[in-house]
Amino acid sequence: MAHPLQLRAEVLGITAAGAYQQLLLHAPGVAARVRPGHFAALAVGGEDSSMLLRRAFWIHRADPAAETVSLVVAERGRGTRELLRSRVGGTVDLVAPLGTAFPQPAGPMTALFVAGGYGSAPLFALAEQIAAQGGAVGFILGATTAERLFGVETARALTPDVLVTTDDGSAGIKGLATLPLAEAVKAIGAQAVYSCGPAAMLRAVTEVATAEGARSFCAVEERMACGVGVCMTCVLPVVGEDGVSRFVRSCVDGPCFDGTRVRWDDIGTIPADVDGAAAMGVH
Amino acid sequence: MDAHDVDLTAPFGNGTLPNPVTTASGCAGYGRELARFQPLAELGSITTKTIMPYPRAGQPTPRLAETPSGMLNSIGLPGAGIEHFVEHELPWLAERGARVLVSIAGERVEEFAETAEALAGRPGVVGIEVNISFPNAANRGLVFGCNPATSYDVIAAVREVTDPALPVYAKLTPDVTSITEIAAACVRAGADGLSMINTLLGMAIDTTTMRPALAGGTGGLSGPAVRPVAVRCVYQVQAAMRAGTMPVVPILGMGGIRTGLDALEFVLAGASGIAVGTTVFNDPSAPLRVLTELRQALAERGFGKLTDAIGLAHQPHHNPQHQPQHQPHQGVQP
Ligand SMILES: Cc1cc2nc3c(=O)[nH]c(=O)nc-3n(C[C@H](O)[C@H](O)[C@H](O)COP(=O)(O)OP(=O)(O)OC[C@H]3O[C@@H](n4cnc5c(N)ncnc54)[C@H](O)[C@@H]3O)c2cc1C
Ligand SMILES: Cc1cc2nc3c(=O)[nH]c(=O)nc-3n(C[C@H](O)[C@H](O)[C@H](O)COP(=O)(O)O)c2cc1C
Ligand code: FES
Repeated sequence: MAHPLQLRAEVLGITAAGAYQQLLLHAPGVAARVRPGHFAALAVGGEDSSMLLRRAFWIHRADPAAETVSLVVAERGRGTRELLRSRVGGTVDLVAPLGTAFPQPAGPMTALFVAGGYGSAPLFALAEQIAAQGGAVGFILGATTAERLFGVETARALTPDVLVTTDDGSAGIKGLATLPLAEAVKAIGAQAVYSCGPAAMLRAVTEVATAEGARSFCAVEERMACGVGVCMTCVLPVVGEDGVSRFVRSCVDGPCFDGTRVRWDDIGTIPADVDGAAAMGVH
Repeated sequence: MDAHDVDLTAPFGNGTLPNPVTTASGCAGYGRELARFQPLAELGSITTKTIMPYPRAGQPTPRLAETPSGMLNSIGLPGAGIEHFVEHELPWLAERGARVLVSIAGERVEEFAETAEALAGRPGVVGIEVNISFPNAANRGLVFGCNPATSYDVIAAVREVTDPALPVYAKLTPDVTSITEIAAACVRAGADGLSMINTLLGMAIDTTTMRPALAGGTGGLSGPAVRPVAVRCVYQVQAAMRAGTMPVVPILGMGGIRTGLDALEFVLAGASGIAVGTTVFNDPSAPLRVLTELRQALAERGFGKLTDAIGLAHQPHHNPQHQPQHQPHQGVQP
C-alpha cells in the first residue's frame, strides 16, 4: 500500500496537450513518494459539491525538488469538465500517491511500453529510469485519433524505437496498438512489456507479450468510488500466488498487475471458481 | 465555551464511548486504509464492513454509480468471512487501540448467531451491529429487516449467544412502512441500540448503453441526498421512545453526514452517536474532521456536554441557555 497524503494542492499550470490538458500541481511531500504507476484521486468542486466521488488520474510526472506532480486529464463527463475549469492559483483536494506501482526493474533490461491515449502518462518516468540504468526501451503509442496521442515527442527523445498507431489512420499505422506488437517485441528483444489503457487492450497485450516470451505488466483503469481501498467497487478477478482467484481491489492491489494473473475475460462477471462465488449462488 | 471543554462522552448500549463518531459499515473497510488518514483510536469507534460467516465474492462490476449528492452501490457484501476477520484484521485494530463495532450478517438466523459467536472474548470488540437489511434465504429472499417478526428473530438469536456485557445494535433499513415498528421489535428482542439508516433502494439507467448502470440492476442510495430521510427516521424513533411506545435505547444516526453541523442535526433529532459513510469516499479524513467540527458546533451553542443536545429538537421551546453565543463562521468571538 502506498502512503498517500491528502492536501489542498495549488494549481500551478494548465496547459493543452493535444486533446488533453496537463495539470501541474504544487503538492508538498507527495512527489518523493511517487513511483511510476501510482495514481492520484482528486475531489471535484468544493465542500458542498454534489459530485462526491473522487476522480482518478495517473501521475505523469513527480518532481521532488519542485514539490510538484503533473496529471494528464481528458474531458469525459461533468467531473473532468469541472476539474478543467480550475484556475491557475486555485486549489484542488488531492490524495496521492495511491495504488501499487509497477515493479521496479532490478537492473538493466529491455522493455517495451504500450499505451492507449493518455495511458502513456505513467509510462515515461519508468522508461527513463530503465534507460538511465543502461537498459533499452521502445514505445507503441496508440490512440483513436492523432490528437488523442500523448507524449510522442517525449518518447522519440528517449529512443528511436517509437511506433504510433491510430484507429482512423490520422497518424502512424492505421489500427490498434497491438497490431505491430509482436514484431516490436521481437525487434527490440523486449524482456517485459509495460502497458496502460483500456482492459481490452491490456488483455491483448498480455496475450501477445506472453506468446513472445516477455513478461506483461499492466496498469488498469477500473471504476473507483474512493480510490483508497475502503469501498470495494474497483475489484477485478485476479489469480493469487496460491493459485486461488479472488476479487481484488485495483486501487490498492493494483492498478499495476502482472497481466498474466488478471482474468481479463471474466471482468464484470463472477467466475464460478473465484473465492466466495458459492455464497453468491454461482457454482 | 471552549471546544476542548465539551464533554463528548456518548451513550452506547448500556455504557458509553469516549465520543459519538464512528464510520458507517462498508465505508471504512476494516480500518487499515483509513488509519493512513487519522488515528483510529481518536474516533469513538470504528464500524467494520458487514462480515458473513464464510467468504463471499460480492456482486459483479460495475458496482457503483454517482448520483446527485449521492451514489448507488451494489457491492453485495464481499469479504473473506468471520474467521479471516478475527485472525487477520481484528488483532491489528486492537493493537492500535481502536474500539471496534463489528457489523455482521447471514443468510439464515443461525448464520447471524454463528458469526456473533465467533466474536466472543475477542479484544477490541466494543459491540456487534446486526445488518438485518439482508435477504432471508429461508423465506424467498425477503429482507429480514422489512418485517418485525424476522427482525426480532435475528436480534434475539444474536443476543442469546452474545456476552450480555457486549452491546448488540440492530441496523435498520428505511425501506419499510413503519420504521418505529421494526425498531420496537428489535429492542424487544434485546437490541441495546439502533443504527439507522441503511441505504435506500434505488436505480440508475445509463442513457448511453441504455441498460441499468449497476451490474446488480438496483442498488443502495446513500450520501447527502438521503440525509432528510435519515433525520426523519431518527426523529420518529426517538419520538416513539419519548412517547413510551417502545423501550429507550441509544440511536446511532447516519445518512449523508458530511460536516459537524450535519452530525449535530442527527444528535438534535435523537442520535447519541453518528456514523460517517459515503463522505469518506469524498474525504478520507472526514470521520475525525466531523468530530472536530461537531465539538466546535456544540461549544458555539453553549453545550457543555454532548448528552445535553441529544433529542433537543423534540422539546417544544428553546432553552435560552442553548442559544448560540455567536454566529458560526463570522470571525472572532467578541
Ligand atoms: C487508476 C485510474 C487512472 C486514470 N488515469 C487517468 C488519466 O491519467 N487521465 C484521464 O483523463 N483519465 C484517467 N482516468 C479516468 C478518469 O478517472 C475518468 O475519466 C473520470 O473519472 C471521469 O469522470 P467524469 O465525471 O468526467 O465522467 P463521468 O462519466 O460523468 O463519470 C461518472 C462516474 O464514473 C466514473 N468514471 C467514468 N469513467 C471512468 C473511467 N474511465 N475510469 C474510472 N472511473 C470512471 C467517474 O469517476 C464518476 O464516478 C483514470 C482512471 C483510473 C481508475
Ligand atoms: C459502498 C457502500 C457499502 C456499504 N456497505 C454496507 C455494509 O456492508 N453493511 C451495512 O450495514 N451498511 C452498508 N452500507 C450502508 C452505510 O453503512 C450507511 O448506512 C448508508 O450508506 C447511509 O450513510 P451515508 O449516507 O453516510 O453513507 C454501505 C454503503 C455504501 C455507500
Ligand atoms: S475504489 Fe474504493 S476500494 Fe478501490
